[in-house]
Amino acid sequence: MDRSAEVAPDLADLLRRSGRADEAAFAQLYDATSRRVFGLALRVVRDPAQAEEVTQEAFLEIWRTAGRFDADLGSPLSWLMTITHRKAVDRVRSAEATTRRDTTYHHENQPVDHDSTAEAAQASLEAHRVRGALAALTEVQREAINLAYFGGYTHTEVATMLDLPVGTAKTRIRDGLIRLRDAMGVGQ
Amino acid sequence: MSDIHALSGAYAVDAVDDIERARFEKHLAVCAECQAEVASLREATGVLSETTAAEPPAALRDRVLAEIATVRPLPPLTTPGATQEARRQPRRFRLVALAAAAAVLAAVGVGVATQPWADETSQTQLSAADQVLKAPDAKRTSLDFDDGAKATVVHSDSVGKAVIVTEKMPPPPKGMVYQLWLDQPASGMVSAGLMPIEADQTMVLEGDAATAKAAGITIEPAGGSDHPTSKPIALFDFGESA
Repeated sequence: MDRSAEVAPDLADLLRRSGRADEAAFAQLYDATSRRVFGLALRVVRDPAQAEEVTQEAFLEIWRTAGRFDADLGSPLSWLMTITHRKAVDRVRSAEATTRRDTTYHHENQPVDHDSTAEAAQASLEAHRVRGALAALTEVQREAINLAYFGGYTHTEVATMLDLPVGTAKTRIRDGLIRLRDAMGVGQ
Repeated sequence: MSDIHALSGAYAVDAVDDIERARFEKHLAVCAECQAEVASLREATGVLSETTAAEPPAALRDRVLAEIATVRPLPPLTTPGATQEARRQPRRFRLVALAAAAAVLAAVGVGVATQPWADETSQTQLSAADQVLKAPDAKRTSLDFDDGAKATVVHSDSVGKAVIVTEKMPPPPKGMVYQLWLDQPASGMVSAGLMPIEADQTMVLEGDAATAKAAGITIEPAGGSDHPTSKPIALFDFGESA
């Protein structure tokens, strides 16, 4: 959250001001983070029109709850992306519930794309660093995180998709995230 | 706690279903270790989003800024635990006794919950459930059942969510499930999720509780229904102005 240009503004300050209904501050916040928010939404829901809706929902939530952001509990970026991710996941799950797809759908049309995290990557230093950290994971950890975080699947679904015993995927996800965290030196 | 603790990673990336989320958030409220771990893992996933950044359409910016201009930001959460009793305490609710299957749930009395969570003042990162339970405008409606079971629905207009807390809830009839509903003025009873088959639980209802008139519980075939197929076994009225 320090070196990439688009998150250079003081996000915590922008959030505080947004919480006081400062629309100009919120516009700055949007400009500083919309690529991250939209990009994650797009990666999870995949449909650009729906990604726009999810982005709009996420920013509305961010605006409504900006005054409740607590810097003691985490970074602004983490908070923003947590909100975005949840909105995106809610979107794919509710879409799934309404279409009630065949239970074997994921075997047919959900490829486990090993290198998907790289596909939309920006050539930024930070992204390079993240990919380096991802490369340090075991293949199963990387796939589990990929399917859970970018795919929006539950750990139970991830276990099925990766042919892991039920209950193991959550451990792989946790181990992998801890390794990722430590490799990137965040959240300590 | 070791078992539920293992869910921290999946929870941090939303790779849990609603039931697991409710269970984990209940645990999270009292486990400082898990709170710290979830927060740290979310720092890591937040950075992951650097690899997927993409330029949104320019028109989206205008839409977002136009929309937020019409919405009032919520007040900050102040001193968790010092929850003031709501000025308005709607206690009107009906309990519709269910004919056969779940007669165990026939109610004998109603009362306002004793807020077992009110002394929970630990510096939590507020889970969705906690945000509701600790919201300054949290309003509670409790139902006591004659077999000792108890259900409390807490809703907060400012958070826009409702939470159900149950104690000693008997399991539903075989092949059935308790389903939660929010009564929305515009669309009637809208599913708010399935309750885990567990006697004691805290669960956030899906949907906007700020617009809802009431919450209800019905017994539905396993998997749940799109609309209630039986009379509610319990109704929690949010009051006419909710």
